[in-house]
Amino acid sequence: MNADSPTLGLRIAVVSAALSVLLILAALLALVFGSTDTVMEALFAFFRGAEKADPMAQTILWQIRFPRVLLAVLVGAALSLGGLVFQALLRNPLAEPYILGVSGGSAVGAIFGILLGFSRFPGVSLTAFAGSMATLALVLMLSSGQSVLKKDSLLLAGVMVNAFCSAVITFLISLTQDSRLHNIIYWLMGDLGQSGMQQVGLLAAMLVPCFVLFFALSHPMNLLLMGKEMAQTMGVNIRVVTLVLLVATSFMVSATVANCGLLGFVGLVMPHLLRLLVGPDHRVLVPACALGGGAFMVLCDLLARVLPRQGEMPVGVITAMIGAPLFIYLLKRSGSDANRR
Amino acid sequence: MQTVVDIEELSHFYGSFQALRELSFSVPKGCFFIVIGPNGSGKTTLLKTLAGIAAPASGAVSILGRPIERYTRKGLAKRLAFVPQLPSEEFPFRVRDIVLMGRSPHLGVLGLDREADRGIARQAMEFTGVESFSARRLEQLSGGERQRVFIARAICQEPEILLLDEPTAALDLAHQVRIMDLMERLKKDRGVTVIMVSHDVNLAAMYADRLLLMREGAMVSIGSPAEVLTYEVLEKTYECPLLVDESPLGGVPRVTVVPRRYMDSDRVPLAPDRLDNSD
Repeated sequence: MNADSPTLGLRIAVVSAALSVLLILAALLALVFGSTDTVMEALFAFFRGAEKADPMAQTILWQIRFPRVLLAVLVGAALSLGGLVFQALLRNPLAEPYILGVSGGSAVGAIFGILLGFSRFPGVSLTAFAGSMATLALVLMLSSGQSVLKKDSLLLAGVMVNAFCSAVITFLISLTQDSRLHNIIYWLMGDLGQSGMQQVGLLAAMLVPCFVLFFALSHPMNLLLMGKEMAQTMGVNIRVVTLVLLVATSFMVSATVANCGLLGFVGLVMPHLLRLLVGPDHRVLVPACALGGGAFMVLCDLLARVLPRQGEMPVGVITAMIGAPLFIYLLKRSGSDANRR
Repeated sequence: MQTVVDIEELSHFYGSFQALRELSFSVPKGCFFIVIGPNGSGKTTLLKTLAGIAAPASGAVSILGRPIERYTRKGLAKRLAFVPQLPSEEFPFRVRDIVLMGRSPHLGVLGLDREADRGIARQAMEFTGVESFSARRLEQLSGGERQRVFIARAICQEPEILLLDEPTAALDLAHQVRIMDLMERLKKDRGVTVIMVSHDVNLAAMYADRLLLMREGAMVSIGSPAEVLTYEVLEKTYECPLLVDESPLGGVPRVTVVPRRYMDSDRVPLAPDRLDNSD
């Protein structure tokens, strides 16, 4: 509005450019780091346009690490946006697909799909989507009504639904005795390995339209923060906007869970960090969360690959170890906010 | 006379509780219209129905000659703005961003503002006197300042009708007068029809062109302050002893509550019919 506040378009452009640079740097880092040193030479050779690089290193670079980095970008973007959208819709800074049990519900749905012998796409994706919608409806139903502790009842409902989902998952795993067992357990802990370009492409086809949709609805999300009544009288059809956003978010979360298992707290870390950096406007936050969340997940996956001496650890371990302490910090802070009022 | 709001036999229910009972009235264009009445008389429900937030159970509501249900949300928001009761939640936005949000119904889905929109927002901020803290966040402001920010946001919508739900509640005297003067200026300078719900009978008497007095969801009386604010009507509606005389500023009624200890005092020139009763 004044000279000291750049226009919105400029702000979106600057923030997106800065985070794109970060994302590219993270991706390059993830491409070259690993157990095989010659990969870096292969990458340099690619940029020089040379063809004489080690074919083995070429294979590792393009067949293994590149799809893995792309998958990490997609999943990180999706989970960050999932947190951002839930936080805006539910007006709760602690809302996140994993904490609210939506990820857990997707996982239950996905395991049912696997045990029933469905293919990963579309069978397992659909059962995962059904699971996420069911848990989301359950959590919203449990936390609705005239509760005084509305903010906390949402989280409590989420925790309970999550606990129930965990129990169902353990139950289903206990009944499974064949070779699928190891796969299920490893996938569940959050795993970005074993992804080919075809799988990445399929996931992108499901997720990218959701990203575009969120950007298109980013201004109504701003208006929703002003309260339902003010949003409505500023022209937002809140019923339609809320329904579209909730369904799109749980679809997106279920797609990532069906592909990569449970990756918790990403939707908590990135939106909060980026809000501190770029402010509360969702028109800036949506692209920022997509790019920043992607970079965050690429780096987490890199840590998961290089930290263990042998093999690798599930990336879900890393995201939870970063995110859970942040959750506790935010819980403490929102508690003291309430006291001040 | 041209009317901007026409209501016919409007009823509204919360479950089995009837909040509005077959209300029928019209609001003339460019009028400062104030709705008063005891707690639970349905004032806020009426306002929300006019704002399109609460759907009527039966009856008809027309805004600018068109049934309210035929408007899209955006279409209605271009003509009518609503300032709800001061919300207690915290908003992360800066004052100027909140005011600029008022342009939303006139903009595309992303709400990308042009220079003209920023000009309108600047004008609205000058009009309400919030431009000096336009870069501050809402949580750093006092109640009166916040209320002016929300009013600036509503003015930024450039509505023909402005609805306000108790905008002066919980504000000190200076802020009350400031907001009421602002509404009067909005009516005079821009021809905006202002419809306000208020608890303050005296403020309403000083400013309203027309008053609507409600009780238990039904209309008790409608008309000029002098017509509505009579001792007979008010005491029955509010069910407490009141003294009604003329304001020292002249022309409008003044309502004073009468504490129990003054009931028999000759310092209160009570209305003649009550004096007759007590003797």
